[in-house]
Amino acid sequence: MTGRPARTTDWTRSITERGTLMDSYYGRNVVKEPVWQPEIPAYFFTGGIAGASAVLHGVARLTGNERLARSALYVGAAADVVSPALLVSDLGRPERFLHMLRVFKVTSPMSVGSWILLVSGGASNTAAVLELLGILKPVKIAAEAVSFLAGPPLATYTGALIANTAIPVWSEARDELPWLFGASAAASAGAAATIFTPAAAAGPARRATIGGVVAELALMQAMERRLGFVGEVYKQGTAGRLNKVAKACAVAGAAMVALAGRRSRAAAIGGSALVLAGELALRWSVFKAGFQSARDPRYTVLPQKERLARRKEATT
Amino acid sequence: MSAQAATTGTPAAWPDTYGDEAKPRMGFFTDTSICIGCKACEVACKEWNLIPEDGLAWTGESYDNTSHLGANTWRHVAFVEQRKPLRLDGETASTDGQPEPLRWLMESDVCKHCTHAGCLDVCPTGSLFRTEFGTVVVQEDICNGCGYCVPACPFGVLDKRHLPRSADDAPLALPLLGKKEDGRVWKCTLCYDRLKGGHEPACAKACPTDSIQFGELDELRERAEKRLAKLEAEGWNGPRLYGHDPDDGVGGFGAFFLLLDEPEVYGLPPDPVVPTKHLPRLWKSTALAATVMFVALAAAFVGGAE
Repeated sequence: MTGRPARTTDWTRSITERGTLMDSYYGRNVVKEPVWQPEIPAYFFTGGIAGASAVLHGVARLTGNERLARSALYVGAAADVVSPALLVSDLGRPERFLHMLRVFKVTSPMSVGSWILLVSGGASNTAAVLELLGILKPVKIAAEAVSFLAGPPLATYTGALIANTAIPVWSEARDELPWLFGASAAASAGAAATIFTPAAAAGPARRATIGGVVAELALMQAMERRLGFVGEVYKQGTAGRLNKVAKACAVAGAAMVALAGRRSRAAAIGGSALVLAGELALRWSVFKAGFQSARDPRYTVLPQKERLARRKEATT
Repeated sequence: MSAQAATTGTPAAWPDTYGDEAKPRMGFFTDTSICIGCKACEVACKEWNLIPEDGLAWTGESYDNTSHLGANTWRHVAFVEQRKPLRLDGETASTDGQPEPLRWLMESDVCKHCTHAGCLDVCPTGSLFRTEFGTVVVQEDICNGCGYCVPACPFGVLDKRHLPRSADDAPLALPLLGKKEDGRVWKCTLCYDRLKGGHEPACAKACPTDSIQFGELDELRERAEKRLAKLEAEGWNGPRLYGHDPDDGVGGFGAFFLLLDEPEVYGLPPDPVVPTKHLPRLWKSTALAATVMFVALAAAFVGGAE
């Protein structure tokens, strides 16, 4: 692999005709497609679970729902172990993963996120191990408190990370992506906790699942509508297919949890599994949409030309 | 943060951070009206910077078989053949029975070394940095190949190198963590090493027509204005400066251009904006989303455990 793009030659017109009519350089992309591998959308999913689970765990503890608190703690800690492994594996130089901790830069959501993940992962795993061993209760409580507070930023910063790029479909969605990722995180953490908690203690987890799915569907709808032309990619190709799968799975799963989740363990587990599948597909759809958006120069060039034209109109 | 310095036309924190070591801001003025498409810049860049070969292919796109900037191409000459007159006075049309005029656009593209550089802003390791010359460089011993700068560049300049690692470049840590490919991100350094030694960059040195001019940015901007005025007075078709304006979306380029057609014809974005321009607002929105998620999850506990 050399990174060389495929031939774009259109043999139906001469090269001079193409040059005369040219509205992008031989149809080649202006911005580069991301180089991120499947680990990244997988991490968006697991990082979301870890972040929102920390909140579920904390509130469950405070309200005396110990059974749910334990499930959410273990789910979150597991997700906090998988997350950095995925991120390290995606690096071009995995052995240099510690270079992330050389600096702290607020201009880089990835830098901020690395520190959040370090704090959140360290805290939630400390708490989980101490809970399992039943020792050092004050340390455990301190770790739980840290993880509780690091959870919400962990669940939402990934939206800011991809919005802070030159990829049109991500950058233009900067008002929705952190919210969409937060809602998706709440739904997935709720679903994961529902699976591992008996129905009598899982009420808040079920409600988080349903609420998360409703919020996410509304946000996705709002995002696609507001993006207009640039948002087309959510109806095309892989991103489009994944988007359909995500919506279908999330709706069906949330309905199962809502209608039968309290009475039937099977419905609670099956519905939650469907929601989890839907949330993973959603992250993948957003991820793939970025590639499709970068690949077609029209999405970069046309909105910029419109912006220039508007500015010119305003000054004359 | 670059967003705070968005209209100054001076890179954030530069040159103050260098104190006495600060140098005048250096850059390129690439005047495409005198480019002859010889690709000496591409070759000189490859030779000086020891950039590996990256595949040989015939694209059928005029004389361009390099196609785009990337990890292994830091200068790229674009070629566009057009049935358009070179000058608007019709001087070049119908001289030898040719029914239509013909012009051949050539442009040597390069990293823009932006005043507000998206790649530098988002780099989480500090590998990308601003040199004492005001240019933007990747430190190859720091880059861990996270790839964030690749989609953060509004021009698609940076890319990850997928070629095999060189033999003397074995992983230092656990062997299992090492990959077989280079995996880092590479781009034009504006020949940082040559600048340190008081030399001009390899591409500018090799350019036989002075289409690529190297110098202090302020002086280059003045020179470009004069050149544009001359071409306009001579009736050229469509001359314009691209990236010379310190008030544009990236605060002006350190390496800017004189073009003869719309930027997108050359594969350049018409109105590039540094992604971090919107970051202060994006962070606020993210903090609000995190807070609302927190409150909403707490609200899910209203109504009891069941």
